[in-house]
Amino acid sequence: MERLTPVEPLIELDGVSKWFGAFQVLRDVHLRVAEGERIVICGPSGSGKSTLIRCINRLEEHQEGRVVFAGRELGADTADLTEVRREIGMVFQEFNLFPHLTVLENCMLGPVRVLGMTPADARERAMEFLGRVRIPEQARKHPAQLSGGQQQRAAIARSLCMRPRVMLFDEPTSALDPVMIKEVLDVMNDLAQSGMTMIVVTHEMGFARTVADRVAYMDEGSIVECLPPDRFFANPADERTKRFLSQIL
Amino acid sequence: MIPGSRRARLGWVDAAVLSAVVVALGYVFHRVDAVLEYRWDWSAIPNSLYRWDEETGRWVPNLLMQGFFTTIRLAILSMVPAALFGAVFGVLRTAGRLFPRLLSRTYVELIRNIPPLVFIFIFYFFISSQIMPILGVEDFVRGASPATLRSLELVFGPAALIPNVISGVICLAMFQGAYMTEIVRAGIQSVPKTQTEAGLSIGLSRWELWRRVILPQALRRVIPPLAGQFITLVKDSSILSLISIQELTFLAMETAVSTTRVFEVWISVAGLYFCLCYLLSLAFDRLERNAAAARA
Repeated sequence: MERLTPVEPLIELDGVSKWFGAFQVLRDVHLRVAEGERIVICGPSGSGKSTLIRCINRLEEHQEGRVVFAGRELGADTADLTEVRREIGMVFQEFNLFPHLTVLENCMLGPVRVLGMTPADARERAMEFLGRVRIPEQARKHPAQLSGGQQQRAAIARSLCMRPRVMLFDEPTSALDPVMIKEVLDVMNDLAQSGMTMIVVTHEMGFARTVADRVAYMDEGSIVECLPPDRFFANPADERTKRFLSQIL
Repeated sequence: MIPGSRRARLGWVDAAVLSAVVVALGYVFHRVDAVLEYRWDWSAIPNSLYRWDEETGRWVPNLLMQGFFTTIRLAILSMVPAALFGAVFGVLRTAGRLFPRLLSRTYVELIRNIPPLVFIFIFYFFISSQIMPILGVEDFVRGASPATLRSLELVFGPAALIPNVISGVICLAMFQGAYMTEIVRAGIQSVPKTQTEAGLSIGLSRWELWRRVILPQALRRVIPPLAGQFITLVKDSSILSLISIQELTFLAMETAVSTTRVFEVWISVAGLYFCLCYLLSLAFDRLERNAAAARA
């Protein structure tokens, strides 16, 4: 692996385009994310936000442009995608915990099977992160026995157990009711405080305002603008952003 | 269903159905008794099950019980390869690449769309008769030491019939495996794609993803239909009688002819099959309940 110089971004999307059949979901997207940066992506549904972050760990394949993570370009010939994916945490809207495993086992699976840790070490690490997302007492339960908010926090812990260099969040609170949304956002806030690089697709504008370094607005597959939150909310340049903000705020 | 959740009380509909069944059965018995004028004679049955062996001075299994034991052996022995075929081809059936999908699809469709009986004839005449000599089973059995032979007989039954039993097992496993393939495929496809995504995004390799995430969930879902298929396997073993595999049905035909007690023999055989299959379904019920309890 190449050594990174500080100026080189951790993630670079360069002219990324993608089609689902004849429908173009991503249009020439450019985005550079530095280590430690926190990006919030918002926009109407169907604008390609989820597809965009799913291209970063190649759950979706892009057809044009370049996706570069830590100096490694992701493509059809990327030798070992698992090498890249283990460094990219991903949190889904529907949690996607493994229902046949306990919360603890969910968190230990990656460290044991991918990182080759001993079960004892993996358990220790899992308990540490379950403590950090404030559900250590749920470790022995199965996901179905947890509330939505607890499940999402368990899913965050599962990703963190891989000690990823970036965390991707795909509408992490959209499937939750307001009380649970707060639990999850608090955990995400803590994570941001700890300096984690984060790319978050969300409609939680409060979170965007307080946590994000930059907020990107996507529409019809392209990033319309990407500004620091104070400018984004006070003074967006594009008409579509203004209209979106007036609807959502 | 939760035990005790419903009260066991006989409603009038149940009573009506029950009496209708009793009347129908009574009528059948009456026909058999008065019209068929068949002289029932069950005395040949016990001797067909077990006979007194003068030489050794012991009770030994006679044809029906020999056949019954062979059927049990066939069932147990073919369950393993049938499940293996089902698992392997079931996984291939969901593969991303075309060739494995095509291969297992061909296997399944070929077998599912031919009557088992016809398949068995074809298998026997063209495949079994060619493969068995190549495998050298007969020579192996003939040359086996007494100790090996004893353990072989424990598993496969009487030495003379070992090649016979093995071709029965392969045949049964081949065609039951096709049905199990479809069950396994359905189980795998019932695991949501999001589970794959979650597994991949923590960096699991394809193999670990299958081993730790997809298969455990798929197998849990297919226990009930697989159990049903195992019981079908036991019952379907009876058609192996047509290629002279000396299992229960085959020996029942012989017994029916030699004793001339056709009805008595077949009713006894039906009883034997029922006991075996019913025991199996009780066992599978218990297995399912345990699996459910382990999850809760």
